[in-house]
Amino acid sequence: MPAYVLLVTSFKPLQEAGPATAWNLPDRWSVSGWTAAWDQLRPGILNSFQIAIPGAVLAAVLGSMNGYVLSKWRFPGSDAVFTLFLFGMFIPYQAVMIPLAGLLTDMQIVGTIRGLVLVHVVYGIPICTLIFRNYYVSIPDELIEAARVDGAGMLRTYASVVLPLSAPAFAVTLIWQFTSIWNDFLFAVFLGAPDSWPVTVMLNNTAGSGAVAVQYNVQMASALLASLPTILVYLLLGRFFMRGLMAGALKG
Amino acid sequence: MRARRVRRWLPGLLLVSPSIVAIGLFVYGLIFWNTRVAVSGKHDEVSPLGFDGGKNFVDLWDQPSWPGAVRNALVFTAVFVLGALLLGAFLAFLMDKGIRGEASFRVVYLFPMAVSFIAAGVVWRWLLNPAPADRAVGLNQLFHDAGLGSLANTWWQHPDWGMAAMALPAIWQMSGYVMALYLAGFRGVPEELREAARVDGASEWKVYRHVVFPQLRPVTLSALIILGHISLKVFDLIMAIAGKQIITYVPAVAAYVEIFDRHDPANGATIATYLLVAVAVLVVPYLVWTIRSERAR
Repeated sequence: MPAYVLLVTSFKPLQEAGPATAWNLPDRWSVSGWTAAWDQLRPGILNSFQIAIPGAVLAAVLGSMNGYVLSKWRFPGSDAVFTLFLFGMFIPYQAVMIPLAGLLTDMQIVGTIRGLVLVHVVYGIPICTLIFRNYYVSIPDELIEAARVDGAGMLRTYASVVLPLSAPAFAVTLIWQFTSIWNDFLFAVFLGAPDSWPVTVMLNNTAGSGAVAVQYNVQMASALLASLPTILVYLLLGRFFMRGLMAGALKG
Repeated sequence: MRARRVRRWLPGLLLVSPSIVAIGLFVYGLIFWNTRVAVSGKHDEVSPLGFDGGKNFVDLWDQPSWPGAVRNALVFTAVFVLGALLLGAFLAFLMDKGIRGEASFRVVYLFPMAVSFIAAGVVWRWLLNPAPADRAVGLNQLFHDAGLGSLANTWWQHPDWGMAAMALPAIWQMSGYVMALYLAGFRGVPEELREAARVDGASEWKVYRHVVFPQLRPVTLSALIILGHISLKVFDLIMAIAGKQIITYVPAVAAYVEIFDRHDPANGATIATYLLVAVAVLVVPYLVWTIRSERAR
């Protein structure tokens, strides 16, 4: 536990620190590492936002519709569909790497931001569906039934009864999706191109591999800078982040 | 009558159908395609997709790097899963007993989950820097300064124990999550049950031993499945700390290297298929069990 806390704090005060004194607090505080990190990572950060925001929103919308149907308007075989969806959450993406790269090439969106958004939306559907389904199960059936008796169809009921109740579930899925897309590395590294690399890939590239003259201050600042959006999300909206985590364990 | 029933569920099916198509294509279609590559002799980018009867699945074991990759993955999994499980359960136990500042501890322990393995890897690569005493940095330097120089070691570059060291950052990242799972589990045990045991004269330890722990089996199972499947897929962390070195080779990295560096689709697809099967063996029974027990309720 002490080591653990130490490591957490080691994230913080490394603004101006050579390799040999990195455990000490800086004698002279400087932001040079931060400015250098910002210069290096800026395009990646912009790309990450452009990928993570639409990726999160679209997957959440699809997840909401799926969750609604799979909990309240079941069709024959809907449990099987749900199970098949869920498995998509666990597959190692290595197992789709070759054909996925081929498919995106055929669609001429390999290496683009749009391509990465598409991939994140599709592979985000399972977890989003799961979160919304577990959330909608707790909405009383009578409410749906009442709307139906009043003559509302499926979409009407969704828009006027279910959607207004969905804000917490949207918060959970959006945060969860944003965080995991932001932190993604595998998809970005084999489907991205220098133009569309998100910040994780840029960070990994600039961090170099065991070069002798490593600028530790820049590296640490870069790592922090690259994590800042997700850290902020976590600190500001930790409650919803937590619920996303628990939903990942299937039993929400 | 029948038409009415169809009218009742058809709109729902239509609403889900875009997702069904997307998942069907991107998950199951691509897995099928990947398997086709795996059973072909396509060992370079240009050969056509033939069929070689699954020879790759056997030949792979003759490759010098593969058995080591499997061994590495097993060492990593054992250390990571056990470490995260025990540490997480222990932390949850402490919290359940009530320590001061629980809220802030929770914030601190779950914080790593918000950080990418790449960003954390930058820091961990420095912490686990294998340089010896005179040039020591990170943990080695800390040991050195604390007069525990003998504890300094080569961390992930050690041929036998390297993967155990590599599991440290993963434990760091996931034990807070396991803690949260267990804490929810602890809190789910009704206080009356514990009280009843206390009235019967059980010591505090016995209350846990006989009342609380048995109730936590489902939580432990969930945690095992989640940690296990993460462990099999570990890629970012290793790339961030060690890159594509043979000493920390695992199947998830090997698949990438075979496909994109060695340009051998058949081998890469074969490795990916092994990975997929390993994950499926772990996850599918669990999924089926979960959905069934939910329906039974």
